[in-house]
Amino acid sequence: MRPLFFLLQKEFRQIFRDKGFIGRLFIAPAIQLILLPLAANYTIKNINIAIVDHDHSEVSAKLTQKILSSGYFKLAGFTDFNSKGEKLIETDKADIVLEIPEGFDKNLIKEGNQTMAIEVNAINGVKASVGYAYLNGIIMEYNQDIRLEWNDPNNPGQLPTIPVISSFWYNPALTYYIFMVPAILVSLVTGIAGLSAAFNIVKEKEIGTIEQINVTPIKKYQFILGKLLPFVVMGAVVFTFGMLIALVGYRIVPVGNIFLLYLFLLVFLFAILGFGLLVSTYAETQQQANSLMFLFMMVFNMMSGLYTPIDSMPVWAKFITHLFPVSYFIDVMRMVVIKGSGIGDVRMHILYVFTIGLVLNTWAILNYRKTT
Amino acid sequence: MSEEVVIKTNKLTKRFGDFVAVDEITFDVHKGEIFGFLGANGAGKTTAMRMLCGLSTPTSGEATVAGFDVFKEPEEIKKNIGYMSQKFSLYEDLSVLENIEFYGGIYGLTNKEIKEKSTELTEKLGLQNEAKKLVRSLPLGWKQKLSFLVAIVHQPKIVFLDEPTGGVDPYMRREFWDLIYDAADKGITIFVTTHYLDEAEYCNRVTIMVDGKIEALDSPGGLREKFGVATIDEVFYKLAREAKRSAD
Amino acid sequence: MKQLLSFVKKEFLQVLRDPKTLLMLFGLPVVQIVLFGFALTNELKNANIVVVDNAKDYASEQIINKIEGSKFFSVKKTLLTPSQINNAFKEGTIKLAVVFPANFYTDLLHLGTAPVQVIADASDPNTAVQLSGYITTIVADYQADLSKGSSVPYSIIPQVRMLYNPDLKGAPNFVPGVMAMVLLLVCVMMTSVSIVREKELGTMEILLVSPVKPLMVIVAKAIPYLILSLVNLAAILLLSVYALDLPIKGSLFLLVAESTLLIITALSLGLLISTITSSQQSAMFASMLGMMLPTMLLSGYMFPIENMPIVLQVISNIVPAKWYYIIVKAVMLKGLGFSYVWKETVILMGMTIFFLVIALRNFKIRLE
Repeated sequence: MRPLFFLLQKEFRQIFRDKGFIGRLFIAPAIQLILLPLAANYTIKNINIAIVDHDHSEVSAKLTQKILSSGYFKLAGFTDFNSKGEKLIETDKADIVLEIPEGFDKNLIKEGNQTMAIEVNAINGVKASVGYAYLNGIIMEYNQDIRLEWNDPNNPGQLPTIPVISSFWYNPALTYYIFMVPAILVSLVTGIAGLSAAFNIVKEKEIGTIEQINVTPIKKYQFILGKLLPFVVMGAVVFTFGMLIALVGYRIVPVGNIFLLYLFLLVFLFAILGFGLLVSTYAETQQQANSLMFLFMMVFNMMSGLYTPIDSMPVWAKFITHLFPVSYFIDVMRMVVIKGSGIGDVRMHILYVFTIGLVLNTWAILNYRKTT
Repeated sequence: MSEEVVIKTNKLTKRFGDFVAVDEITFDVHKGEIFGFLGANGAGKTTAMRMLCGLSTPTSGEATVAGFDVFKEPEEIKKNIGYMSQKFSLYEDLSVLENIEFYGGIYGLTNKEIKEKSTELTEKLGLQNEAKKLVRSLPLGWKQKLSFLVAIVHQPKIVFLDEPTGGVDPYMRREFWDLIYDAADKGITIFVTTHYLDEAEYCNRVTIMVDGKIEALDSPGGLREKFGVATIDEVFYKLAREAKRSAD
Repeated sequence: MKQLLSFVKKEFLQVLRDPKTLLMLFGLPVVQIVLFGFALTNELKNANIVVVDNAKDYASEQIINKIEGSKFFSVKKTLLTPSQINNAFKEGTIKLAVVFPANFYTDLLHLGTAPVQVIADASDPNTAVQLSGYITTIVADYQADLSKGSSVPYSIIPQVRMLYNPDLKGAPNFVPGVMAMVLLLVCVMMTSVSIVREKELGTMEILLVSPVKPLMVIVAKAIPYLILSLVNLAAILLLSVYALDLPIKGSLFLLVAESTLLIITALSLGLLISTITSSQQSAMFASMLGMMLPTMLLSGYMFPIENMPIVLQVISNIVPAKWYYIIVKAVMLKGLGFSYVWKETVILMGMTIFFLVIALRNFKIRLE
């Protein structure tokens, strides 16, 4: 055990002496935790709508009013000319163009129905469908208003109504921060712990001090523990720092048990550091380590459920995602922080990540040879 | 130099695919001896040394180091040897004292022994004022000497030195060899590879490797006599003319 | 000229001989396209939900049938109390619960109104809103069915056309973004690292001492990455057209020309970074911070810029990727011509000149 102590002493001394350490551990994460959630806000709002009104009637005016007062739309332009509307969509100034035909008011009464043309910029499919859904909803509501207003009082045929009452639990304000910040924190811890571990070992390879270690009686497991433990500490520090930022900056207070989070953090670090270790056994230079880790981190990040839901992925993608520890941690964070899930709810997550960690670390240890 | 044999090899060979890096070398090294491995770059010196250190498994042949078999007991060997690599292998971002402390601890010295050794080493090198400075700030010659002393901090039976004097002026090299003599006097066997042929004169015995084979093994005086020349340079020149390999 | 060629050849050989880095360079666009094209989507389907039917009558069953028939939902029918629903949410097994009150159909007939309750797990607000929106639409559908007997006067019938992407695929939104990312990544990061590596290894001095002009050294470093980027661009376009069914509506020539402009912008930025960093690690780090992060966050392809706080929206204007993204969308997806993108093109050119001027100035200073 004594050799392990000396190894750890050396590692910590080296880490604290590294000038970039404060920047990497605190400043970069802080910047990312602050910027990313601000940017990664997927709420659909402020949809730009252009209204081409050929009718200029009370009906068209009221409809316009209703649309603009809904809070979902911003008026991009109000014009008589179709061509103007088209131009607005082409130049991205309007997301939707609504065209009210000439004689809309009169013809609605005379013929009993009227069509209205709506053009939607569908490059962003989600925005288009949500935007159209909102607009359609408003038009339907307005339609209902007109019917009630104009309905023949002698024919009281009340149309049955089924109101749908929606309750939004755990996040009634429907903010995106509480959903994104814990997940981004996971992504940060992954990057910092995993990358640092991989680089650290490869750097020793590049410089040659690793050979010196190979010649000493240090046992393999002592060497590996000596390399990993400092990064477990590092990971825990970044995580705590991140939780503090979440608390102070975004007022996110975990509903569930914080110790459960730390327990999972440990299991997670076990897995992710195992991965960093594994990569370091394959890379010979820092540049290689960088390229490999970068590619993997990117794939991890994108497939982790951070930005797009895992449930929407095809089966093969879901399978791959479940091989990475990151998606599990993001899930656990969201469950425990937002809903207060307990250890019983996440026991399978813990089991899977632990198994992944076991596999990765074993592979890495087998790969690392003191004697070639 | 005693008669006790600390390193024994018999037809030790290392092959990388079809390439034979070390070709059936056989020799003994005695306790307290300063044993030199000379040869051009690419002759196989470093590969041979790595096998004896337990860093590389031989392809065939036999070897024991400090009484332990290189195939079966490489980890036992490591407990009994010291090693100084070509790149000096001190941690540049640790201080002199911290390096001593680290390697001392790794090799199992007690805290008291580490303290004693730290004082001893820094005094010997006159580095008392630099003891807390980072190794990075030391000139090359001092780094070399410190590396050597750290390599024997645990009084190993044998210390392996791989091209230890590269890039340093002749005066510094002389000082370095003084340290080696010191260690040999204390009973530590020195196994050193080098491509500086004048350093052959400092060794008790010298082998010259050419194309993976040992072409000569004797004391420096004995070699000069055998080949009828005045310097080791000329011995080497005679042998190396036959050499086929030239790059490392 | 001959000197330049031998230089370029050396650079090419060095790049091609590092397979692990090459893997990343070419793997990156392919991985992104595969992921975005086939795996990553915001489309909701088969969401696990629970229907708590306290009425078990004609109306509730009709509505439940409709819900089951919808591709958005995977329905389980059980009777759960609110606290049980809470537990199910906490376990993460369901996203939403639809609750019908006990006398649903009766109330509907006699009182003319009966509510349906939707309880959504709003951890992910967008999912919650969309899913409850779909339920609302289904219920409204049923409501309309009920009214089919009587004539429904005064119907407004919207006719919608989805422009540029009628199938509402995800590809059109992200392919331009992937193009920006990949071109920028290869050029900025690899160029800066490559130049800095020569500095670190000391071979830069040798080059500077040779009769080759410093400008030529720089140009020679940039050319392999320029060519690699064009190869990458071709690969992305081919993948988009043939694997993702996304045709190039506008002028291919204009698209390639604008892309080359972005490449040069990126190379200048890489050059700039190489003059202000002294180790490979910091070159990589600076590229990440100065290029990758802003491109991902602020170019508009992953996150909508219009949702961001004003500060970020302003900052996004200095991110080259943002302007390129607009240009590509206009040319590739909308089929528009140069007259629509000249402003953005000028901005990109301006940025390029800015980077180049500063970089060259820095470079000259270092030589003295």
